[in-house]
Amino acid sequence: MNYEISLMTTMAISVLFALSLNLITGFCGQISLGHAAFLGIGAYLAAMLAKAGVPFLLTLPLAMLLAGAVGTVVGLTSLRVRADFLAITTMGVGFLFVGIIRQREWLGGELGIAGITGSNMSKLGYMLFTVLCAILVMALCIYLRRSWMGRVFNGIAEDEDTMRVLGINVPRYKLAAFAIGTALAGLTGALYAYHFQYIGPDSFGFVESITVLSMVVVGGIGSVAGVTVAAALLSALPAWFQFIGDYKLLVYGSLLFLMIRFVPDGMAGLVRRHLGKRRAEERGK
Amino acid sequence: MLLVELFTQGLVQGSIYALIALGLTLVYGLLRILHVAHAAFFTLGAYVGILVCNASGSLILGFAAAMATAGCAGVITYRLAYEPLLDKPPFVALIASIGLYIASEEAFRVLFGAQGISFVDPPLQQQLLLFGTIRLKMAELLVMIGSLAIIFVLSRLQNGTRLGLACQATVSDPQMAESFGISLRLVRDLNFFVGSALAAFAGVWVALLNNLVEPTMGSVPSYKALAIIVLGGLGSVRGTLAAALVLGVVEAYGTIYLGKLLDRNAIAFAFLILVLMVRPQGLFSRR
Repeated sequence: MNYEISLMTTMAISVLFALSLNLITGFCGQISLGHAAFLGIGAYLAAMLAKAGVPFLLTLPLAMLLAGAVGTVVGLTSLRVRADFLAITTMGVGFLFVGIIRQREWLGGELGIAGITGSNMSKLGYMLFTVLCAILVMALCIYLRRSWMGRVFNGIAEDEDTMRVLGINVPRYKLAAFAIGTALAGLTGALYAYHFQYIGPDSFGFVESITVLSMVVVGGIGSVAGVTVAAALLSALPAWFQFIGDYKLLVYGSLLFLMIRFVPDGMAGLVRRHLGKRRAEERGK
Repeated sequence: MLLVELFTQGLVQGSIYALIALGLTLVYGLLRILHVAHAAFFTLGAYVGILVCNASGSLILGFAAAMATAGCAGVITYRLAYEPLLDKPPFVALIASIGLYIASEEAFRVLFGAQGISFVDPPLQQQLLLFGTIRLKMAELLVMIGSLAIIFVLSRLQNGTRLGLACQATVSDPQMAESFGISLRLVRDLNFFVGSALAAFAGVWVALLNNLVEPTMGSVPSYKALAIIVLGGLGSVRGTLAAALVLGVVEAYGTIYLGKLLDRNAIAFAFLILVLMVRPQGLFSRR
């Protein structure tokens, strides 16, 4: 049972992380290849604070604040560069983060930080807490998408210049997307640190950033339900693939490729098309 | 003296980056896809090069086999992976490319082992002394000359032959090019072939310099190459060459003087971000 609880917590953390990127990339159309850096910022801050004896519930908002603040600064770059240039810039931010962490002795350097004190909750309690966080963030995302802000995000994703012509303050909304998305990533990072009780620079590198991006794309970019399901499935996949041991990543990579190659609009698109076909058939009758 | 030596080391690294990034630029200019899997051909080339060279004893044969294999693999990848995704948003192809790269890296590991392979009798290792001060391996000197020569020839071909002009026309306006009777497919196949062959060429050189080929050898160059084509102002051959050499030199000095603060990759990307904030269109773009 312990294993299932731990797996469930990991899945909830992945869902949170994927939803936070979906806000930036899915809703607002700003590609980020360095999102793991914000997970890392949250995780490192939480780890340091936990070691200093700061209570669990206080570290979460602090992690959000710091990650969100750094995220806003990184978001400034999205005002300067667009699309592919932005993708590469954010990738650079990711490498910069890992590079800085690696050379800081007081952040554990290459070895990372081990023995992070837990959250004082039971394993089951902690799982329920992370799942609750995931549900709240899902609700927030659904609310956001229907709000005025969500509509502007969508407009920016579709066609930034038109939004500008319409008199929308595009930079402000882009920064808002980055601030909210990265703050949520910071929260996820703090939950991550308390869950695994060990963090190292390798957990927040480029691989992590593209894994989360692939969750978003496989789920169907912008779709809250799709991204949630994809993140839960993809994070559990390696655990289910344990039996193929050595070939785990080979299968993961191939699946990712085949999935995107044959279903480019992700699971959400697949479901939508399927439903659309059924509805058309019913109408035809 | 250290300054000069670092500068040469930077140029050597930079010419390897240039070879890898060049193929990426060709693909980007043509299809607007960030082709992460490009580094897989770099690794593939290195493996084929070592295997053929060890089996036949001829380095030239190794180079030829590596470039031919990687070139064909590049064309197949284009046909199977990218062609069907061309009308989709660009990040779809990006994710496909990432999936492909992860799978290929693992395939190399499963096929050839995680330890990597080396030359039985590594060629071109003699030490040279240039201008009485600069110590270089033969392979290091040749990679600089080789990459410059290839890039020179390539830019001549691009401007001086019908096919080269067809490529340029396709880059600037595919529809117009097609209506003038240019086969888009031929141009794209050709670009993937040349680009992947160049990556393989670079791969064999890296194998020669390190005398080691590992499954993961492509990961860092692949990200660096992405940074380089952005620095060079996406899609420009000369810009890419210049950006690659500049990045190589910046890294060489950076690791010595900033090594305490940041690691090698972080230095490269810090430089990239700095440049992009000042010149969002890249270092050498005319736009």
